[in-house]
Amino acid sequence: MSDETAVAETDEAEIVEVDEAREALLSELTSELADGLVESHVRAGDDLWIRVHRDAWVDAGMTLKQMDFGYFSFLSAIDWLPSPFGRDMNSQVDLTLTPSEDADDEAEAEPMETGVAGGETRFQVFARVNDITTGRAVTLKADLPDDDLNVGTWIPVYPGANWHEREAREMYGINFVGHPNPRNLYLPGDFQGHPMRKDYALLSRRIKPWPGIVDVEPMPGDDDEGDDS
Amino acid sequence: MTAVSETEQLRYISQQAADARVNVEIETEGMTLNLGPQHPATHGTLRIIAKLDGEQVVAAEPVMGYMHRGYEKLAEVRTYPQVTTLVNRIDWVGSFANETPFILAAEKLMEIEAPPRAQYIRTILHEMSRIANVILGIGDMGVQVGAVTPIFFAFRDREYVLNQIEAVTGGRFHPNFDRIGGLKDDLPAGWIQNTKNAMEKVREFCDQIEELMYGNEIFQARTRGIGIIPADIGLSYGLSGVNIRGSGVDWDVRRDATPHGLVYDKADWKVWTHPDGDSYSRMWVRLQEVREGTKIVDQLLDDIPSGPIMAKVPRIIKVPAGEAYVETENPLGVMGYYVISKGDLNPFRVKIRSASFNNVSITPWLLKGVYVPDIITILGSLYFILGDIDR
Repeated sequence: MSDETAVAETDEAEIVEVDEAREALLSELTSELADGLVESHVRAGDDLWIRVHRDAWVDAGMTLKQMDFGYFSFLSAIDWLPSPFGRDMNSQVDLTLTPSEDADDEAEAEPMETGVAGGETRFQVFARVNDITTGRAVTLKADLPDDDLNVGTWIPVYPGANWHEREAREMYGINFVGHPNPRNLYLPGDFQGHPMRKDYALLSRRIKPWPGIVDVEPMPGDDDEGDDS
Repeated sequence: MTAVSETEQLRYISQQAADARVNVEIETEGMTLNLGPQHPATHGTLRIIAKLDGEQVVAAEPVMGYMHRGYEKLAEVRTYPQVTTLVNRIDWVGSFANETPFILAAEKLMEIEAPPRAQYIRTILHEMSRIANVILGIGDMGVQVGAVTPIFFAFRDREYVLNQIEAVTGGRFHPNFDRIGGLKDDLPAGWIQNTKNAMEKVREFCDQIEELMYGNEIFQARTRGIGIIPADIGLSYGLSGVNIRGSGVDWDVRRDATPHGLVYDKADWKVWTHPDGDSYSRMWVRLQEVREGTKIVDQLLDDIPSGPIMAKVPRIIKVPAGEAYVETENPLGVMGYYVISKGDLNPFRVKIRSASFNNVSITPWLLKGVYVPDIITILGSLYFILGDIDR
């Protein structure tokens, strides 16, 4: 017991300390990016998210790189559309080949929710950069309106973004303006559609529907559940 | 906007550095060399289209996707416990290490923590999969420079580690052993002593291979000063793991940002770096990592606490809505999972940040201006697994 309390205390102390560092970083970013920064979120002792305006996407990358965030972790995109094929594998709409009327209703009934640091559009690009000397990291997001999926390329800032942008482009249909080599990375050149979009059906699932969770593996310790409680 | 121009300056300099290596005295008609998709140096099916001028590479373009399995999409229709089965296949020579960051991300969202015993065993298995992976990489490098013996030594001694992984998980290659909230099973009887013996064998392998391969004149001639990656360029490409520590960057997620649920801080070990940044330094750091890995395993084996190996988790796991990113130091570099949950049985979105994808993305820059035989040693020293690129 004494050990546990000791651990809890140190954890708490750490959280407060790191939190201050992240808040300081956030205020610095706010002053640097000014209007470009739309929203932010600090999870104490854990992580920092910022959502920037689409036009400030490249500037945000450059600003961060100047602030010693020299390490490029990843760049990708999110499709926030609730899947028209059902929320999970037990869902009955999942069993149909095309989204049915009901499925549309369900999708409409279910509002589109975006995640940490908010968002207003269906598509978001997001990326993560690290400052390896201090261990800080920032996750950036930017909204992209449905009718204009364009955003500036990060290649001049982080050359490693090249392949990540090609992947995001083929998987989500996002156009990275200024990308020198916007060809498909994984998919064949003549591939139709953008597979990671939520409205792109996973064909194998359509052909042979998932039987559902009928066989939940018992976890170790399940047997003595009664004893502990 | 001086800041911007500095960035552009850096880009210009790095571009010049790559271009300067292309030094063609007599203009000859260019030739395109297709390397792969099935060359042994590619660890799978990577194809490199190299435009040559004489023996020099003027431009190199890797082509991937021959093994793309779409795990990010598949994970969206699998329950959380089922995803570990998929991610096992990402880096198939160090499978257990692929499960760890995903499980940790799910645990972070659920705000549960594995019991101490599970954390220890998890860290030990994570480290053993690193040893199994990196040993193979070292042996394979021997083949790339024309020495066949190291790969046999590697396979021989890797077997001791795989046997131990099999003894506890039941799977040599795809353990699928990590669970949200702990581990599937406890250790079998006699495992601790057997593992220590296996670690002893691995250390013997390291000593052997150091004399046999690293001390070899031909090996040094083929790797020293070849494929130099400056630290800042490596970082901007997102290189991680040994490939960036071989460029003198003292950064290891195990030491600097151990995610909650791994107990690297309980062992006494050292992060090795090498300032040169060439192929040799990467391989040298790799060898030291294996040695450090055996030390970590030995120390943690001595301290495994008793107790349960599973925290209390519901039978049907629904992960609360939220977003979490967890990265760990995997055998090939930093691997992370960005998990977005909407409170369902399956993740809403999983972004897999695999190490090799970033590590290999530097090849168009790195291969520019090198000679054809050096392509092979550079690829061998970057040491990637195709499953880790294609996901």
